[in-house]
Amino acid sequence: MHSSSDASSDSATTCPHLVALEQAFGPLESSMFRSQQRVVVPAADSFAALALLKDRGFDLLVDVSCVDYLEYRGAKHRYGLVYLLASTHSPDRLTVRVFADDPEPTVASVVPLWEAANWLEREVWDLFGIRFTGHPDLRRLVMPEAFTAHPLRKDYPLQGRGERHNFPVITRDHS
Amino acid sequence: MSIAPAEFDAPPERRSEDYLWTLNFGPQHPATHTTLRLVLKLEGERVVDAMPEMGYLHSGFEKIGEHLTFNQYVTVTDRMNYISPMANNVAWHHAVEKLLGIELTPRCTYIRTIIAELARISDHLLCNGAVGLDTGAFTFFLYAFYQREVIYDIFETLCGARFTNSYTRVGGVSQDMTPLVIEKIRSFLKTFPKTLDDMERLLNRNRIFVDRTKGVGVLTKAEAINRGATGPVARASGVTRDLRRDEPYLAYADLDFQVCCASAGDCYARYLVRMQEMRESLKIVEQALEQLPEGPVNVGIDQRTALPTKKQVYSTIEGTISHFELSMSNRGFEVPCEESYAAIEAPNGELGFYIVGDGEDVAYRARCRPPSVLHFAMFPHLIRGHTLSDIVAVLGSLNIIAAELDR
Repeated sequence: MHSSSDASSDSATTCPHLVALEQAFGPLESSMFRSQQRVVVPAADSFAALALLKDRGFDLLVDVSCVDYLEYRGAKHRYGLVYLLASTHSPDRLTVRVFADDPEPTVASVVPLWEAANWLEREVWDLFGIRFTGHPDLRRLVMPEAFTAHPLRKDYPLQGRGERHNFPVITRDHS
Repeated sequence: MSIAPAEFDAPPERRSEDYLWTLNFGPQHPATHTTLRLVLKLEGERVVDAMPEMGYLHSGFEKIGEHLTFNQYVTVTDRMNYISPMANNVAWHHAVEKLLGIELTPRCTYIRTIIAELARISDHLLCNGAVGLDTGAFTFFLYAFYQREVIYDIFETLCGARFTNSYTRVGGVSQDMTPLVIEKIRSFLKTFPKTLDDMERLLNRNRIFVDRTKGVGVLTKAEAINRGATGPVARASGVTRDLRRDEPYLAYADLDFQVCCASAGDCYARYLVRMQEMRESLKIVEQALEQLPEGPVNVGIDQRTALPTKKQVYSTIEGTISHFELSMSNRGFEVPCEESYAAIEAPNGELGFYIVGDGEDVAYRARCRPPSVLHFAMFPHLIRGHTLSDIVAVLGSLNIIAAELDR
């Protein structure tokens, strides 16, 4: 998928969490870069895989973020969700990646597993437009509610599309 | 724009209680640190529910990260947690150097450790000072801010800027530490413990302060882990996770310090954890100054990432070539087409950057993992059932910086 400088293809034998994941979900794409273990999980199994990892001791959800691979050389899917997992009682860290594609990118929400995902997934919905099924309160977080586009996508320009000039101005008489 | 009842966090059976009073603790308020909004549902003085709203300071930092080079983006990271900008700079370049696989010189690791700890002291002084100010202790606030001025003076002598320093560069720092800076840090180390003692004597056993903060905003250990709390907020609830000790970076592996934890999880515990962390930071800075190695501060020119010194530029051909290649916009340095995440223990918690590189010296995606977002999301959970006056104490103790929250 990407060229890594120190990829080790036998990482499945070294990381017990990967072994458990592959036992449950079949062979998975994984790699090691700068001593960080990454694994790709298919979108249909993402909730089950993350629940399995939470049971295996990854009790801290560090981050949920997204990368838009629209302009990336050699990308096969448009959106790559990244779940960074860590543990409070062991030094393990794991990066789980789930891919989604354009019309209506949808992924299962992990709010039932970690409450931390609530706002993190709202932000991904806000800025990238990925729907999280099962999220209790999926609405915009960072942009105002009336905003219509998803700004962090690669096809949205840096300076915006003039939304700032079109916000309704409420004068003192009408407020 | 009115908030429909359906938008509250409250469960459906409570929405018919319209004797509850809605108060907009709006974005413009001296007690909400910077611009964030809380819509509160009050029953008399008790908070029944709180709906936090953020985004008033959203400036698209992550979008900007896709258009600026790694050395230009450090100026944007300054503006995230602007209370401790040095820590953000260190975090950003820590992540970039991890992606590029660059190893820093020993002197640079010690310098970055010292400035990160000074930034931690500065941030904790402001956070505790603000908690004191919000609960009415104005003298405490002024003591804290006087010491922050001394730290600003040190930063100004070091790199020319008090506030938005942009001090680190890929492979090193922008200026080396001069003997004058070291002397100023040493004199700060001598005078600061006495101020810390004075500050503790003012508030630690102060009846009013303890009554306002003890038992307020309790965060249990399980809730802290579930909601993603890190840093002093989590450590005050009993989570003994400190990246400086668990995943040592920079020079922390060689330094002797203790991780400060508490088990109560209330505002008072967070205040105490931050006070103690300042003392530990002083110990770290003292040891790092003792052990500060000599030598070059930036990586060498063979790595082609840090700008060479003027002497090298004028006298060696490699220096001249490096200088031009790094300064020209269509050249610059090679970045692997890979993704990596690196975090440091910032004063607020785990501040990490997830960077995707695509070969050019501009990141393809620069995601900042801000601790303030997760702490602000916890706020409704902490405040339910407390009174109106506890809101400012809890908000202050969580140390939510809106610029880091909104990016």
